[in-house]
Amino acid sequence: MSDKKLPAFNGTKEQEAQLMEVINKHKQSKGALIPVLHEAQEIYGYLPVEVQTIIAEELDIPLAEVYGVVTFYTQFSLYPKGKYKIAVCLGTACYVKGSGDILDKIKEILGIEVGECTPDGKFSLEATRCIGACGLAPVLTVNEDVYGRLVVDDVPGIIEKYQD
Amino acid sequence: MELVRSHVLVCGGTGCTSSGSSQIIDEFETQLKNFNIDNEVKVVRTGCFGLCALGPIVIVYPEGSFYSMVQKEDVAEIVEQHLLKGKIVKRLLYKETVEEDNIKSLNEVDFYKKQLRVALRNCGVINPEDIDEYIAQDGYKALGKILTEMTPEDVINTVKDSGLRGRGGGGFPTGVKWSFAAQQKNEQKYVLCNADEGDPGAFMDRSILEGDPHSLIEAMTIAGYAIGANQGYVYVRAEYPIAVHRLTVAIKQAREYGLLGKNIFGTDFSFDLEIRLGAGAFVCGEETALITSIEGHRGEPRPRPPFPAVKGLWGKPSILNNVETYANIPVIFLKGVEWFTSIGTEKSKGTKVFALGGKINNTGLVEVPMGTTLREVVYEIGGGIPNGKKFKAAQTGGPSGGCIPAELIDTPIDYDSLISIGSMMGSGGLIVMDEDTCMVDIAKFFLEFTVDESCGKCVPCRIGTKRMLEILTKITNGQGTLEDIDKLEQLCLSVKSSALCGLGQTAPNPILSTLRYFRHEYEEHVVDKKCRAGVCKALLSYKIDADKCIGCGICAKNCPVSAITGKIKEPFVIDTAKCVKCGLCETKCPKKAISK
Ligand SMILES: Cc1cc2nc3c(=O)[nH]c(=O)nc-3n(C[C@H](O)[C@H](O)[C@H](O)COP(=O)(O)O)c2cc1C
Ligand code: FES
Repeated sequence: MSDKKLPAFNGTKEQEAQLMEVINKHKQSKGALIPVLHEAQEIYGYLPVEVQTIIAEELDIPLAEVYGVVTFYTQFSLYPKGKYKIAVCLGTACYVKGSGDILDKIKEILGIEVGECTPDGKFSLEATRCIGACGLAPVLTVNEDVYGRLVVDDVPGIIEKYQD
Repeated sequence: MELVRSHVLVCGGTGCTSSGSSQIIDEFETQLKNFNIDNEVKVVRTGCFGLCALGPIVIVYPEGSFYSMVQKEDVAEIVEQHLLKGKIVKRLLYKETVEEDNIKSLNEVDFYKKQLRVALRNCGVINPEDIDEYIAQDGYKALGKILTEMTPEDVINTVKDSGLRGRGGGGFPTGVKWSFAAQQKNEQKYVLCNADEGDPGAFMDRSILEGDPHSLIEAMTIAGYAIGANQGYVYVRAEYPIAVHRLTVAIKQAREYGLLGKNIFGTDFSFDLEIRLGAGAFVCGEETALITSIEGHRGEPRPRPPFPAVKGLWGKPSILNNVETYANIPVIFLKGVEWFTSIGTEKSKGTKVFALGGKINNTGLVEVPMGTTLREVVYEIGGGIPNGKKFKAAQTGGPSGGCIPAELIDTPIDYDSLISIGSMMGSGGLIVMDEDTCMVDIAKFFLEFTVDESCGKCVPCRIGTKRMLEILTKITNGQGTLEDIDKLEQLCLSVKSSALCGLGQTAPNPILSTLRYFRHEYEEHVVDKKCRAGVCKALLSYKIDADKCIGCGICAKNCPVSAITGKIKEPFVIDTAKCVKCGLCETKCPKKAISK
């Protein structure tokens, strides 16, 4: 993780209030940590150490354990995502239909690797597993939008759409 | 009740939602209002119909007209012509259903003819967000009968007699598993559902959750009664937002109807359910890891025994079953053991759902009786391989499974036959591969997956899978030797026998099975430095066929590294030393003169 620069944490008071609400909702139930992390990530978009610290203290779990859980699961991110989250499906059905080449093209255009975000914070890139749209393979998503039956030549046009 | 003369069923599964079915639904609502028939026609968002490749799919009842690839612009026409004037819009019908002047019913088309929908019985039939529609299909009837007329022992015996085996991959007899947990004397027990669906090319469980969530709730409640548990957890992948939403709605409705909660059906049996979201770790599909994850920790597996039936969630006796396994439970009680055991083969009863994908015409969700051959699935239901290519192999069982080569295409699909040929049933991913798929590359694809997903707790898996991937990478880069192949095989066998959990123990399977049936492809990669499928880039070289080349220069203009040179109107040449094998020239050549 050391080679990536973390932007300064700028969580707001409102976000913290929302977080406390989430924590209080789950505090009494067993195995509360993961549900809390899910909702915390929804609030902040990622799980910086500042947020993990609050959760650790409130749930009375060592920070090291919280960190251990956050880094174990790929859904949880220590880094902020881009405004547009591009996710290329590398599920088997998409892979045999060439989604690897689609991913390479995006990397080439944006100049970032999987798990990274462009310096302007606009695009982040992920590789996902089957999103259940194998009938449309190969598939990629940009936030909630799904693009299917792709060929490499479609990629520049799709990225262009989000260049507002 | 409102009087409705027609129903418009629009698929709201993930596949069709991705191809725009939500907009179609909105447009139907608008157009029905436009034509003033919005109170005669009801639009229903259902679960998956199975034929995802042709989505978005719309079915109009009572006629049963099956419209495929419907676009928003087509909706007005369907409303005006079909729903208002009663004239079916032939142009938009799924073309397999149209035969000259005759319109065939869906059960007669190849895709559905050989299918038998048991686990998927309600998917695409009911509105999954309306409990009354489930009840109208005899939903919760099995539960009612069980709670009022049967003892827990009767329930377990029925499940045992049905021969139902786990659909999550292992194929363990479900009734036997339940009886282990039932025997435990403990105040607190748990019923768990594995909806983590880890196979990276599969979506059976998700489709059941999206299309028929109540059948899962009913089945888990039955399981709770059978083993003496009053709490259940469904562990769902967080990547399945539609499924999570529908299940949440369904649980809420079931509680409102008193079908979950205290004193169900007025008996003294109480049971409730909670959803727990996974967080993207394949190993959490393994039962002990899943339990650790629900407990709120890193999802690392632990050695068994003790088995979960003895010491499971929070140390209490627990049973864990797969979504599809549960989906079979209510029908077994409704239609009887005799009916269920009449489907399938001697040792594999009932049906299996497969997510059919890859190089096949009808990608989608299919459910067939156990014992159906791979040939029937690929050629009859699946409609064969696109672009006239040849079938090379099918992969089942995802990263834990293996491949079935063309010469074994007549193998019946059941637990034992698949294991005997070095593959496995798996949870239902079935990926078809053609001559353009490189088997070494596929093995490498799955190993990349397992290396990524290995939790790191045990050495054979953490380091062994990494070494295997390194050797595969070396081979696909054209630097492998024959000794590497032998070393790879040895390594596979030792990891298989020494890893802690199922993930590591099965990780070598994709390599072992491709070595078993496609060893010649590995050898070609190392000896001839050739990849016959043209996938491994390091082993390719692009050539221009001088006879076909018309010297237009388009290839040279498009080459990103200026590796192509020549004079206009004369054949061009590629400098293979400069070429980065991007393949752009091949796609741009108007005369198809460039090949690899
Ligand atoms: C690495 C690994 C991943 C697994 N992934 C899944 C999965 O995604 N879904 C599933 O139902 N079972 C999965 N299983 C099998 C479960 O451990 C367990 O056997 C199954 O859920 C039991 O349910 P069943 O008897 O109804 O099949 C996995 C097993 C292993 C070893
Ligand atoms: S493999 Fe990509 S959507 Fe299923």
